[in-house]
This record gives sequence, structure tokens and C-alpha cells, in this order.
Amino acid sequence: MSSIPNELKYSKSHEWVRVLEDGNLQVGITEHAQELLGDLVFVELPEMGQQIAVEEEIGVVESVKAASDIFSPVAGDVVAINEGLEGSPELVNQEPYEDGWLYTVKPSNNSGLDKLLSADDYKEHIESEDH
Amino acid sequence: MGKKTALYEQHQQANAKLVDFAGWDMPLHYGSQLEEHHFVRRDAGMFDVSHMVAIDITGSGTRDFLKYLLANNIDKLTTTGKALYSCMLNIHGGVVDDLIVYKLGDEFYRVVVNAGTRDKDLQWIKEQSANFDIDIQECDDVAIIAVQGPSARERLERALTKDMIEHVRQLKPFNAVFDNDWLIARTGYTGEDGCEIILPSAQVVPFWLALLAAGVKPCGLGARDTLRLEAGMNLYGSDMNDTTSPLVSGLSWTIAFEPENRDFIGKEALLAEKQNGVTQKLVGLILLDKGVLRDHQKVILEDASEGEITSGSFSPTLTKSIALARVPKTIGSQCHVEVRGKKLLCQVVKIPFVRNGQAVYKG
Repeated sequence: MSSIPNELKYSKSHEWVRVLEDGNLQVGITEHAQELLGDLVFVELPEMGQQIAVEEEIGVVESVKAASDIFSPVAGDVVAINEGLEGSPELVNQEPYEDGWLYTVKPSNNSGLDKLLSADDYKEHIESEDH
Repeated sequence: MGKKTALYEQHQQANAKLVDFAGWDMPLHYGSQLEEHHFVRRDAGMFDVSHMVAIDITGSGTRDFLKYLLANNIDKLTTTGKALYSCMLNIHGGVVDDLIVYKLGDEFYRVVVNAGTRDKDLQWIKEQSANFDIDIQECDDVAIIAVQGPSARERLERALTKDMIEHVRQLKPFNAVFDNDWLIARTGYTGEDGCEIILPSAQVVPFWLALLAAGVKPCGLGARDTLRLEAGMNLYGSDMNDTTSPLVSGLSWTIAFEPENRDFIGKEALLAEKQNGVTQKLVGLILLDKGVLRDHQKVILEDASEGEITSGSFSPTLTKSIALARVPKTIGSQCHVEVRGKKLLCQVVKIPFVRNGQAVYKG
């Protein structure tokens, strides 16, 4: 079973969200998602300042075998992107919840954070997909 | 659940990620497709390709039959043990399948065809054989392992009996030795040195374990695909199929139009196609912008004419995305590929991209 940190929130499309100390929301893809994709070789992120809505396609992660869209789990303005992924997309495979984060948004009033899954619910969701 | 090769339990024990391939549960990778790719380029990897189909053709009409069935000419196989790559065409010049044929005796040839086309191929071969005195027998209970990489033959020797070692040392490229139901051929699908071994299923587990002990790393179909793409080798179903001729698939070199008096299935259609002028060709693309090229993406030439990517992926050796594409012959040194609404710039190159671990492509 892949790791699912308790302190994070999750989407059914396998993104995670971390509430940072300043209230901004950091987004990445889960360990389960990177396992399904295999070795990542390219990551396309949203632009700085871009306004994004919940479930909007805002980027792509590509492994050797396939491309997979990133659907933003939360709404807001993009205030940071992980520039390290341009040269080292494998960080998403190696540390999906730490150095492999994708981008950070300053949440809008209706960020969608409260609609996301808890770690337990996400675990259940993965298990239901596997069967 | 799909069909399982005799090595299924070995794959499970090695933590393979198994996927369906033409009805078989086959290893996609054993952890990292990229690492497996590099291991084959730098050392030696092995692939279970037992899902592929070996068919023995025997009898007094065998030679005449294969000269009629195949677009390449098996008369090039002047001695027992030689191997030949060929297409099998339909009457319209489309590719029914690509295959390797081994001469194992004067009236004994073995062809190895793709797993995904097994039923179609067997039916086609049988239909064409009506006027020939031959016997067609699918090899049951055989396993097929490809051992590939610069150290492949050296490591393979450690897993063989003394007699076999001598044979393998003397093998030239595209030659095989057939002994005691083991066929060892110096062929492959990676652009590296190595061998493909067809052996009785009952003996494959100890052989696989001996290869493991000799330092050969199990590799999945994922790495097999990026290796063959870098080597500029076609994949049936992607780069050519029943509706594409070898003349627009980078396979003209496999068509033996000489001697003129040899008739083969599809010859008339290919001659007509040549007469009318072949308008497309298969080229290599290297992506100069960021991203990854994928199958079926649209290629746009400078004169606005269009082509299509037939196989696209990431090249672990070149650390860039590469592709094979069928394009109008007028293509220049650069073109664009449409990826998610954006036009990305590509360099057009002659294939292959990589041979024996080195970039070899030319613009």
C-alpha cells in the first residue's frame, strides 16, 4: 500500500493538497498516482499568477509511457510553481509529497478545500478503484 | 486473467508490474522502466517474450512457399542457421505482419511472428499454403527469452552448457544455432548485441535463474519499446499495418524485387505503387521544444502539408523525446508537431537514433 499522509487532503483524481502556514495551498500528485504512471520525464505546470478553478486541467505529467492531465483540486491564484521539476521530473516519483510538489495557490473564497477527501477516504477510494 | 508464460511466477517474485498484452499477462517493468532501459544499453538485460509465436514450416514445398509468402527472399539464407527479417504482405501490399525467419534445414524453416497477430497470421499462412506440399506447426510449449546489451553474450555464456558456449561464441549477427530443441540466435529488438533464445518451456525457469545469477537484469515490455524506438525498429500495429505499404514504412530495404522472376504476395501492388510515385516516407523526429511526442500526433510541414507520428516516446539515452512519423516526402530538416493545441518544433532525422549505446542519428 502506498503512503497517504494523514495531514493532507486528496482528490479522486489523485492530487493532494497541503495547507501551508500562511494559508496558501500546495498541490501535488499522490504516491499512488506516480506509481501508476511510472518514471516521469516531463511536467507542465500552470503559469505564475494564473487563476485556476476546481477540477480545471492546469497541467500535465508525462511518464515514459503516457501523459496524464493534472486537474486542480482547489481554486485560487498560482503563487508558486516547483521550478525544480523542469530539470528533475523524477522528483515526483521519488518524493511525491515533499520535493515533488507541483504548485501553490492563494486560495479563492470558495477554494473547494472542504470538498476534498481525508486520508482515510482517499485510501478507500484507491481500494475501490483497484477492484 | 490473461494467459501466463512459464516465467509468470518469476515475474511476480521480481515485483513485476504486469499488464495485458495481446491477451497475455506480461511484465511492463520491474520497478523502473528507465533503469531497465539504461541497463540494456550499458550492460545486459533479459526480456520474457514467450508470448511471441514460433511456427515451424516443413516439407518439400517449404522453400517455394516462403519465397511466395514473404516479401524478402529466403534464398538469401544460403546456409542452415541464417536468419532474415521480412514482411508478410497482403495482395494490396499492406503488411499482414513482420517476422523473422530462420533456416533450420533444407526443408525446415521457423518463423517468429507477433503475439497480437497470432490468429490472423496462422489463418493467412494456412490459406496461402493450399498449393504447396508443406506442414505448418505452431511450436507449443516453447519459451522465448531475449538477452540484450553490450555484455549480453558474455553473461549468457555463464548460463549455458559447454557445447552451447562454443556455438554462441562463433555466432555472427543474424545467425542461429539449433541444438537439442534450443534455438539461439544473434538477433534482437534493442539495437544492442545479444541473443534471442527459443527453448522448451519446461527448461526455462532454471535458465532464467542462471541468467539472473550471471548478472542479467529482467526488463519489461516498457523498456523494450523505448529501446526499439531508439534503434529505429518498427512496431507492428503502430508503424505499419494491413493498410500501409512497406514503401511508406521505412521497410523498402526488406523488399526483394530481385530476382524479377520471383513472384510474391503483394509484389504487383508494390510495383504499381512505385510506378505511381511513393509520396510518403517514415522519418525520425527529435523534439527541440519541451514535452513528449506520442503516437497519432499531427505533424505539420513547412508547406502546411501533414503527416502523423506512428510511435512517439521519451528517449532515455538521448534524454529527449523522439518519434517515428509517416510524412510527405517533401519534408525538410524541421517540422512542427501539434501537442495539446501547441505547435512544437522538431528536427527531422534519418533513423536509427541510437546503436550500440551511442547516438548515431543524422539530420
